[in-house]
Amino acid sequence: MAKKRVVLTFPPELTEKPLTYHLVKDFDLAINILKAKITPGEEGTLVLELSNGSPQKIDEGLDFLVRHGVAIEPLSKRISLQEEECIHCGSCTAVCKSGALSLGEENRLVFDRDKCIVCELCVTACPMRVIKVIF
Amino acid sequence: MPMTKSYDEINEKIKTGKVVVVTAEEIIPMVEAEGPAKVLEKVDLVTTATFGPMCSSGAFLNFGHSDPPIRMTKVWLNDVPAYAGIAAVDAYIGATECSETRGLEYGGAHVIEDLISGKKVKLRAVSYGTDCYPKKEIETNVGLEDLNQAYLFNPRNVYQNYAVAVNSSDRIFHTYMGTLLPHYGNATYTTSGELSPLLNDPHYRTIGIGTKILLAGGEGYVAWEGTQHNPAQERNELGIPVSSGGTLALIGDLRGMKRDYLRAATYHKYGISLFVGVGIPIPLLDEEMVRQVAVSNKEISATVYDYGVQRRSRPALGRVTYAELHSGEICLNGKKIPTAPLSSLYKARKIATELKEKIQNGQFTITAPVAKLPYRDGVKPLREEV
Ligand code: SF4
Ligand code: SF4
Repeated sequence: MAKKRVVLTFPPELTEKPLTYHLVKDFDLAINILKAKITPGEEGTLVLELSNGSPQKIDEGLDFLVRHGVAIEPLSKRISLQEEECIHCGSCTAVCKSGALSLGEENRLVFDRDKCIVCELCVTACPMRVIKVIF
Repeated sequence: MPMTKSYDEINEKIKTGKVVVVTAEEIIPMVEAEGPAKVLEKVDLVTTATFGPMCSSGAFLNFGHSDPPIRMTKVWLNDVPAYAGIAAVDAYIGATECSETRGLEYGGAHVIEDLISGKKVKLRAVSYGTDCYPKKEIETNVGLEDLNQAYLFNPRNVYQNYAVAVNSSDRIFHTYMGTLLPHYGNATYTTSGELSPLLNDPHYRTIGIGTKILLAGGEGYVAWEGTQHNPAQERNELGIPVSSGGTLALIGDLRGMKRDYLRAATYHKYGISLFVGVGIPIPLLDEEMVRQVAVSNKEISATVYDYGVQRRSRPALGRVTYAELHSGEICLNGKKIPTAPLSSLYKARKIATELKEKIQNGQFTITAPVAKLPYRDGVKPLREEV
């Protein structure tokens, strides 16, 4: 399964168009909304994970968005965890709604990068300051 | 006659390598399977531990005298003010004190962590100058090896149970109980439950003033009752407090402490704190003691408080067991709330195991308390005169 994570920025006039609907219907893409900030009449941001059997379909879908005036950037922000400094307290798991951070075997912290939606809440929740956002 | 054991007998076994020690978690299934009498015949000691954030921490330091000497009236360590209103070259560096140049990023807790990690810290002191202490200013670097005395003193630690925090409000709260999400988005808790020292000795029979402990990996002692010691807290049918109960004041040499078990922390928009690892052995003197240390997470409950209400008395919303808290989700008035700990059970287990091994190897003997912790009638609030 091909996957791509992108940050979409669209101008105010586009916030009311059903663009994601077309991605699903016309390009057969599965969409996972990681983050959304849409206020009618203002510039909107959507962070999406797109998946389909073929990477080509994903690119076609993205081309379609660009044609409609959406700016696309790959989601390059990542969470980095300095594991050897972690004390496995669990504070960060309290805010991680995606389930990327959890306590696993022996109550040690487990970070499942694939589940992370880069909401950044864990960055300030960690009392050891060992979680950072990198660009 | 029912079997009893004395401190001396147990210490003799430690010296001859015959002692049998298990952790407070390991003893639970043993007692379940064989009953307290059988377990008492086999096991002599149980180790308990905790590794949680404790703001009420700090260290006393003596710097030695310079030539000419100075009577330090104000002291900074790496730009963090230390309390110098004691003898000429004595100071107390409090864990939560912030750096004057770096704010919440660096504080007293970090100074202590740096010292035990073998780093030098910048000492700056000023004075008004006296006939016997003429020097008015000094700036130099000091490490642990340069100091005469350097000992951790926790006015409060090892809380016997504590609150579970939730937030009913509609905004995020940044607290000493971690980041609390709005609309009961999460619940945080902070003791090691069935492994926690005072939950295994609820009436302070063996843990008292003078009890030898493992403090941040080194040897330490229980010095006194801790601040806000509250043995009068409501207790459940097993005699275990249902919220913050007793506390201990702890003391121990910084030399011999390990960074693994002492770490500075910053709680976002709240402040600096210090994680201190504590391990306490509990001797199995009789069957009653075995029954107490066999307590398990499903028998220990904690009270849930609404930290979204900014008052001294936060509304209590209900009670949950540590077994529920550990399951990752509690149910409060029909609502499911995900849970997360703030203290490290992983580290607490390491400490309990390390203490167990030290005892087995004959490197750690036990002491009977020289005095009992007092029973008091609760904690007084601060009234404001108007
Ligand atoms: S940024 Fe942190 S809290 Fe948010 S999803 Fe990723 S790991 Fe979880
Ligand atoms: S909050 Fe920080 S120290 Fe604690 S478990 Fe998470 S990453 Fe580790």
